[in-house]
Amino acid sequence: MSAGSLRLRGRSRADHARGALFQGLLLFSLAIGFVTLGVLLFDVLQRGLPYLDLALLTNAPSTDPQIAGARPAILATVYMMVILLVTVLPIGVATAIYLEEYANKERWYNRLLDLNIQNLAAVPSIVYGILGLAFLVRGLGLGRVLLAGALILTLLVLPIVIVSSREAIRAVPDSIRQGGYALGATQWQVIWRQVLPSAIPGIATGSILALARAIGETAPLILVGALTYVSFNPTIMGPFTALPIQIYQYISRPQEEFKLIAAAAIIVLLAILLTMNAFAIWLRNRYQKRW
Amino acid sequence: MATPEVTSGARPRLRAEGRRWGEDAIKGVLALCALVSVLTTAGIVIALLEPAIEFFRFVSLREFFTTTRWAPLFEPASFGVLPLLNGTFLVTAIAVAVCMPFGLGAAIYLSEYARPRVRKTLKPAFEVLAGIPTVVFGFFALTFVTPLLRSIGIEVEIFNALSAGLVMGVMLLPTVASLSEDAMTAVPQSLRDGAYALGSSRLQVSTRIVVPAAISGIVASYVLAISRAVGETMIVLIAAGQLARVTFDPQLAIQTMTAFIAATGTGDVPRGTVDYNTIFAVGLTLFVITFAMNMVSIRLVRRYREVYE
Repeated sequence: MSAGSLRLRGRSRADHARGALFQGLLLFSLAIGFVTLGVLLFDVLQRGLPYLDLALLTNAPSTDPQIAGARPAILATVYMMVILLVTVLPIGVATAIYLEEYANKERWYNRLLDLNIQNLAAVPSIVYGILGLAFLVRGLGLGRVLLAGALILTLLVLPIVIVSSREAIRAVPDSIRQGGYALGATQWQVIWRQVLPSAIPGIATGSILALARAIGETAPLILVGALTYVSFNPTIMGPFTALPIQIYQYISRPQEEFKLIAAAAIIVLLAILLTMNAFAIWLRNRYQKRW
Repeated sequence: MATPEVTSGARPRLRAEGRRWGEDAIKGVLALCALVSVLTTAGIVIALLEPAIEFFRFVSLREFFTTTRWAPLFEPASFGVLPLLNGTFLVTAIAVAVCMPFGLGAAIYLSEYARPRVRKTLKPAFEVLAGIPTVVFGFFALTFVTPLLRSIGIEVEIFNALSAGLVMGVMLLPTVASLSEDAMTAVPQSLRDGAYALGSSRLQVSTRIVVPAAISGIVASYVLAISRAVGETMIVLIAAGQLARVTFDPQLAIQTMTAFIAATGTGDVPRGTVDYNTIFAVGLTLFVITFAMNMVSIRLVRRYREVYE
């Protein structure tokens, strides 16, 4: 090598400083999320804990902050979870099976279906509320009832269940299917006895996360008419309110004390959601198969 | 399938199955379930279009998109949607200013700097942010961030675009971070190795190799974040106010399209009235805007998937 044609040098001090600064900025970016989350949780706990008592869970809402609770809202949220489970799970998993196992991806209608689901996942939740208002409440004449709210939440989280179920089904290796066919099983037998059992952990994880997303939703329920004063236990075909809606109502009241009750109700909601999230993550780690 | 020749013993007898109707029926049922999502989209479009068309019979497109006074429920009513678009744009701009740089920063850290074990714990923890309901973020913006801004000398109104936008920006961090990180992880290791072999530092590899290589995924995450910000309802409904006006001052109360829909859709607005149809006209505007952005985002994600996977 001719002298001086290539000068190799180690990194200068300035290079190191730049690198360290950059890494610091990256850590700062990450920290913004965590710090905000921490402050939010701390703030809610600090405000809400003194008001978090049995009365909150067992009393109906009231104009008197001393006795105001959220029982009807909590019950309605539980009812909606049950309805969601029996509606969104079968439809979502069936769609995922169709798309992954049956659909010919070259066909335009199957590609359109795929695109449609991806788009639906990003449609603003309030637009689903408009759909609920126009079709379920007015069109079908269901009225402003719990069932209408639950059905609109079903449509809202359906894309999430479909996408996560598809991923779980896709992760099952083809050799499992080929093995089944080789033994003379039909396509459905292979899906039902081989593919689905292997995909269940992934499907369950995705569905729990979708359910958690659904019961934290507020905006679509407002349009379906959940923003009413309900002091009695809900029924499926009756007027209702839900936990996030109840929180919104308490936040909107002018008296400062109701904001604290809202904080207490937020603790209840977050406790439910974080439990579901933790369960989903545990499920994923416990049963996830590495093929 | 041809019938195999069974020479010895003829037991077991293998034969080609006839058409299995049960199998076909199952496929049909599954396809019907898949149809639900198509019907949902069709339902949304029909639900929005019909009342919106009626609305635009009463209010000209020109008045809707060019005049600057939004007062549909007052006498005399006026229907200029610009103040709502302005409000949506203002909050979105603030949110985006937070989530774009810091979401990307978090993604680069997770993808290029964090050790596998650290990433495995940080990532789900970061996603917890995405699991917090928006009504809770709204509460936080109103009762914590607004007083905080006031205490450091920023004279915001009780309801203001700034705190709603800031909190929304933090809410969108996981959206940007996880999608961008996916795109960066898809960049082949060989590109990084090549750059390191040429003596690049980690900073150079991150900013000059990985980010440019993953740019379509990163832009997709940005577009999706904007779409989410435009469609977000509860934070702005709780913390940004109900005052439709044209302003670029983030300290003031504003009203977004979503907040208008939620605030108007609560009451028992009689069907068929102009008030009722207004909800759908604004809803249609919102849907068209977010739909366009979702399509752009989906296309971009496809592009990087096609290149690297």
